[in-house]
Amino acid sequence: MSDDIYREIILDHYRNPRNKGKLEDADVVIHDSNPLCGDQIDIYLKVKDGNIQDIKFDGRGCAISQASASMLTEMIINKPLTNAKDISKDDILENIGLTNLGPARIKCALLSLKVLKMGMVKYYEDKEPNTAQKLEKDSDLY
Amino acid sequence: MQTAQLEVNEIRKDFPILSRTINGKPLVYFDNAATTQKPFSVINAISDYYASYNANIHRAVYQIAEEATDAYEMTRDKVCKFINAHSREEIIFTRNATEAINLVAYSWGRKVIGKGDTIILSELEHHSNIVPWQMLCKEKKAKIEYLNVDNNGNLDLGKLESCIQQNNVKLISLSHMSNALGNIIPIESMIKYAHSFGIPFFVDGAQSVPHIRTDVTDLNCEFLAFSGHKMLGPTGVGVLYAKKEILECMNPFIGGGDMIKEVHKYETTYNDLPYKYEGGTPNIADVIGFSHALDYLNKIGMDNIRRHELDLTKYALECLSSLKGMKLYGDDNLSRRGGIISFNLGDIHPHDLATILNDNGIAIRSGHHCAQILMEKLDVSATSRASFYIYNTQEEINIFINALGKAIKLFRL
Repeated sequence: MSDDIYREIILDHYRNPRNKGKLEDADVVIHDSNPLCGDQIDIYLKVKDGNIQDIKFDGRGCAISQASASMLTEMIINKPLTNAKDISKDDILENIGLTNLGPARIKCALLSLKVLKMGMVKYYEDKEPNTAQKLEKDSDLY
Repeated sequence: MQTAQLEVNEIRKDFPILSRTINGKPLVYFDNAATTQKPFSVINAISDYYASYNANIHRAVYQIAEEATDAYEMTRDKVCKFINAHSREEIIFTRNATEAINLVAYSWGRKVIGKGDTIILSELEHHSNIVPWQMLCKEKKAKIEYLNVDNNGNLDLGKLESCIQQNNVKLISLSHMSNALGNIIPIESMIKYAHSFGIPFFVDGAQSVPHIRTDVTDLNCEFLAFSGHKMLGPTGVGVLYAKKEILECMNPFIGGGDMIKEVHKYETTYNDLPYKYEGGTPNIADVIGFSHALDYLNKIGMDNIRRHELDLTKYALECLSSLKGMKLYGDDNLSRRGGIISFNLGDIHPHDLATILNDNGIAIRSGHHCAQILMEKLDVSATSRASFYIYNTQEEINIFINALGKAIKLFRL
């Protein structure tokens, strides 16, 4: 079981996270944590013409939460920000290759997606409140 | 003290859960600081109450109600004796230690604490011994001062004197044993010191009462809180001990049935102690179950329990310290330490470690242990924690160490 979870790719993203750090000129910064285990994720977004020009994440937590965040940033960078609403739970779990996580650990894997979706809504809240409302409704923010 | 070796193999037979397997491996339960397992006697007592004499207590005059009342009130007598209180009127049943602390913050605190007053806590405290006082202090415009801890989690007592002299301190509330590190605080001398300034002392005994003989007459503390489920009892039963003269002056906590003497349209007179603080139908079944937990602990003897846990802790610390990348937290001096070991292994996050250990049937706690202030102080986001009780064995520690070896390999430390 653990042998399946802690594969090379997870350990690699945990120890050498991609797009980790802060963005000084971010358009949106959003933070959330998992109160059960204390995992924390900040996501910084730089958006241009609706596309994610740059994305960074900062945080601390378990290998699953941090590797998942790292892989998510690779998945979404240079894509339209609104793509975030269509990313599902299963997309993330497939992306990180962990489809059989227990309920407690799934939360770790999905924290960064939640933060990204919150960031998307926050970005549009200031500019296009109606779009933001619709995005919030369409996003499964659990 | 004269102690005897525990008959652990015999004890284990009394705990049905210990014959369970997890992922095909025998359950190794090392999360006793969170809650302990229950022996047959406790489980059966609860079932027996519901099957044989289920009735509401205190008022009805028929036989099964009298039986239920007797069993419930007998538990109070046992608790009184267990912690050597002066009188059964000083024993209040709550849902848990948290509720006991909240009861005092509400009923005593709102009466006594005023603007500018100070409550002293420490950086070791569990959230349950912080948040109720924060709520109180916000409401009353009072403040909290924290005693600091060093890197091993030992209290800096030097600050206590200046803190008392510079502030209008109305209460000191400290846990006797840290749930996150296992450190035991020298409350005996601290209570005497607090009293020399006329300051009352609250002991959060959630971790200590299940593991160390506790004598409130000897300690002379004003308040003590603990939880039944951390000492073989069911969940849903906590105890507040408070000195009678204090309980007499406090306002009630929960208003309703059972806590009253007479109710009129606009006025109510409250019941005598201890009932004044037990409004509504209490947790009868679980209080009765708790009485059997106390019997069990008394049969084994608290001093023997302490010795057994010290032996296990000493052995586990020796094994752990030889592991690659091991960082141990807490006091090095075993005499000031309970059966709790907090640690980190290389850069393996405690949640990942707990997942790997679970594959091997081992239950440990990972996270901030409801002690975020302490975690910040130690500059960690989380630790792994193993905590022992009467049914744990050296063989289980060997299984644990072996599984940690697997984690080291998996993470290529």
